[in-house]
Amino acid sequence: MNPVAQVALGAAVGAPLRYLVDRAIPRPTGFPRGTLVVNVVGSTVLGVVTGVAHLQLLLGTGFCGALTTYSTFSYETTVLFEARAPRRAVLNVVLSVTAGVAAFWAGLAGGQALAG
Amino acid sequence: MRQTSAAVITVAVGGVIGALARYGAGTLWPGPWTTLGINAVGCLTMGVLMVLVTEVRIPHPLVRLFLGTGVLGGFTTFSTFCADFCRLVPTAPLEAFSYLIATLTAALAGVSLGMFTTRRLAGLR
Repeated sequence: MNPVAQVALGAAVGAPLRYLVDRAIPRPTGFPRGTLVVNVVGSTVLGVVTGVAHLQLLLGTGFCGALTTYSTFSYETTVLFEARAPRRAVLNVVLSVTAGVAAFWAGLAGGQALAG
Repeated sequence: MRQTSAAVITVAVGGVIGALARYGAGTLWPGPWTTLGINAVGCLTMGVLMVLVTEVRIPHPLVRLFLGTGVLGGFTTFSTFCADFCRLVPTAPLEAFSYLIATLTAALAGVSLGMFTTRRLAGLR
């Protein structure tokens, strides 16, 4: 499949999956859990597929790139600040970055272990 | 059910457009600092968009889903940000942490700047 079609196909699944996951996860306190979940899951999958050359465009650039989002993460953080919930805003940043980085690293280690 | 299908298709089409734009930029200028630029531009635009669709005028819900959740969500990426950071840490730890802090700062400042400017221009505050 040509590179553009691979990225497009991955994104055509990743972006609506992000929408559905976010809609399915309730946020009783206003904390944006849905975005946190997709960002962590997407970072894990990207770690797993790193090093698998033929899956890079479809799963890495397309699926994981579109499943995860920086713009919604930043917007939701800003909304928490504006709603005078600075502790939740800071928690969202710290949790997202540490969990995302740890998830990518764990996925990478897991993928390498699987590949032997 | 029909509303969900329309939303899913709208987000998918927007997501493909955003992801292809990100792929194009990454092909032209490979490297983590391009990811930073993409995320910063996407966040600035998200700030502008969200004020437009929630405060200036409330359009059909699919407009926000297409442009925000779809195009900008597909354009910006958290997974590549995490990957870039992890790849830089072993060889260039200082650059890795600079990249992390610069991305966070540009993204949050971008959203705020986009929101502030749009409110000003729309005469909201």
